[in-house]
Amino acid sequence: VGKIVIDPMTRIEGHLKIETVVEDGVVKDARSTGNLFRGIELILKGRDPRDAQVITQRICGVCPQSHGVAAALALDSAFGIGDKIPDNARIMRNLIQGAHVAQDHILHFYHLAALDYVDITDVAKYEGKDSVLNSVKDFIARGELGPFVPRYEGDYRLPPEVNQMATAHYIEALEIRRIGHEMVSIFSGKIPHSVGIVPGGVTAIPTVDMIISFLWKLRRLQDFIDNTYIPDVLAVASAYPDYCEIGVGCQNLLSYGGYDLEGQEPDLTLRKRLFSQGVTSAALKPGKLDISKVTESVTHSWYEDYAGGRHPSQGETRPKHGKDGAYSWVKAPRYDGKVYEVGPLARVAVTYAHGDPPVKNLVDSSLAQLKAPPSVLFSVMGRHLARALCAKLTADNLEKWVLELKPGEPTFAEYIIPEEGVGTGLTEAARGALGHWIEIKEQKIANYQCVVPTTWNASPRDENGNPGPIEQAIIGTKIKDKDNPFEIVRIVRSFDPCLACAIH
Amino acid sequence: MAGTGEQAIQALEDTTKEKKGNYILVVDGSVPTGTNAKYCVMGERDGKPVTMEDRLEELARDALVVLAVGTCAAFGGIPAAAPNPSNAQPVKKVLEDKGINKPLINIPGCPPHPDWFVGTVASILLNGLPKAEELDDDLRPLAFYGKLIHENCPRRAYFDEGKFAKKPGDEGCLYELGCKGPITYADCPLRRWNNGTNWVIGAGSPCLGCTQPEFPILPYYQKLVDVELPVIGAYWTGEKEDK
Repeated sequence: VGKIVIDPMTRIEGHLKIETVVEDGVVKDARSTGNLFRGIELILKGRDPRDAQVITQRICGVCPQSHGVAAALALDSAFGIGDKIPDNARIMRNLIQGAHVAQDHILHFYHLAALDYVDITDVAKYEGKDSVLNSVKDFIARGELGPFVPRYEGDYRLPPEVNQMATAHYIEALEIRRIGHEMVSIFSGKIPHSVGIVPGGVTAIPTVDMIISFLWKLRRLQDFIDNTYIPDVLAVASAYPDYCEIGVGCQNLLSYGGYDLEGQEPDLTLRKRLFSQGVTSAALKPGKLDISKVTESVTHSWYEDYAGGRHPSQGETRPKHGKDGAYSWVKAPRYDGKVYEVGPLARVAVTYAHGDPPVKNLVDSSLAQLKAPPSVLFSVMGRHLARALCAKLTADNLEKWVLELKPGEPTFAEYIIPEEGVGTGLTEAARGALGHWIEIKEQKIANYQCVVPTTWNASPRDENGNPGPIEQAIIGTKIKDKDNPFEIVRIVRSFDPCLACAIH
Repeated sequence: MAGTGEQAIQALEDTTKEKKGNYILVVDGSVPTGTNAKYCVMGERDGKPVTMEDRLEELARDALVVLAVGTCAAFGGIPAAAPNPSNAQPVKKVLEDKGINKPLINIPGCPPHPDWFVGTVASILLNGLPKAEELDDDLRPLAFYGKLIHENCPRRAYFDEGKFAKKPGDEGCLYELGCKGPITYADCPLRRWNNGTNWVIGAGSPCLGCTQPEFPILPYYQKLVDVELPVIGAYWTGEKEDK
């Protein structure tokens, strides 16, 4: 029996420790620990409700847009204007969030995950004329190895020319992400922590030159997703076929949908959205989303205890470090008392299960290229593929939406802050289902709770002792070399964890 | 970086030895000091968690200079806003409490503009550490934080005319919607963001004052009160005015 402790998990956002017990080369137990607490929910209390949009974006610099959208939706509903947001504003919120999420998926595959699979040191052998690769080669030749080693050694399977090409794509992806950021900035001022999305709508009025500029940049993004990102994911999946089988996880998936296609339906669980709201599991049968079934428990988290799980509208955050039996600042969200995974895989699989034709066609044709059944989605490579397909589905719809904008038309609905009220904001951040719950009293925030994608995925055990999704995905995994535990880090990173978000 | 877990920590610790007195320490985030600093842990040593506060102390001791990047590291920022649940402190305060006397440069902003960070690092590499007169009283490089947003704002003419926006999307100066441009030092109106694409006021939103020690200045939408505004039409020297 041995222990493998990985602390910190690098190439993710925030402070995550993974601790495993390994017996006969197999992971018998796993614990996921979130290691930074700030108490943003406590800072929100007593403030002007509109400040929630400003403060909650600062939960994380990687996913601020989605917090902005969740906060704005929660405030819209609390202010009684959830069904009065002008179409122009609804579309611009989708453009701001969608452009950001598409580049965020590229960030994950190339800049966070790729170094687990690509041997960048093969660039030292490069003999061609590509100036970017030659500058990396010069960098290595000068002995500047810091970004590349030390690292886990052994299991790099791509041939040198593929490693070299992947490195060129790694660098190109930086530029593509910059273009994605520019698209966000057109409608939202700047990114990270953009300002455009507010309760009532957005702050900018669209113009023809904004639309054209957005479209022009979008072409580059789409070209990269279709002709580089998706083929690269399929190539890595083919070279690492065992990763189409491991990291299966709990096989319960939850999605809030995301990207409103209409603004009249006040209930966000029923509103027509690009991705479906709902749940599904291994059999990929569609299930309806009942938001009252979402709870959070803190039995194994560093907070004052309360009995069982609590709905976020009744949630509380009272830190208590050192509590017996607790090992993480992440709370444990559950749906209907069960463990659920969220993220691009859930977004794609729930929409697939609901029979949406474009999603079904795209998923089926991609799986056909891998000669794999849909069950392969529940794996390390399945998560990477679902993320790439999400990027494509999002980017392709941006093209349609931006042309629906009406230049010069209003983007803001006026409101009065009520004496009392409650609101719920549900959306899909890049990393999955994101919910904000607000309660207003005397025109101030009386309570605010965020249940964030990685809160679900990196959660510790609940009051019934059920491990969280990442913990479940690791338990049972065979570790080939305990000094180079590639399997653990590849499984954990396939969830694209964001710990600043998870704990907030 | 490719490394994970102990390898990554090892790389940090090796640098402090191999480049003793000759490395730049970049700190991101305020330092939670409450509950024995257990609110933030960065890796382990001999199986025991090491807090961010301890890491900062260890890494700062042998640094050439410390860069506090972002408003949290520079001034405390959002985590330090009332009631400051984790007793988060800016880098300057922690270094003072530990008796570490190192050159410190603050590069605030929520987030800071990448040019402000890269420009400061490049300046150290090319010209050495900044002279005292190249930083303001809050240790910000004057090259980037030397002028008020208000001074170079394209909507300034509306302010001078007294034409004020009443709601988002309106034409006019955003002062009455809570703009903090009149008290905020940064070059956003000229530099702009995301490759020069746009900036906060360009998207019709009030400046949040995110480079200021007092950030977050809330409520966001509340008009500034009791603030001495720069004299309209007065020549601005680029030096910070005594209030």
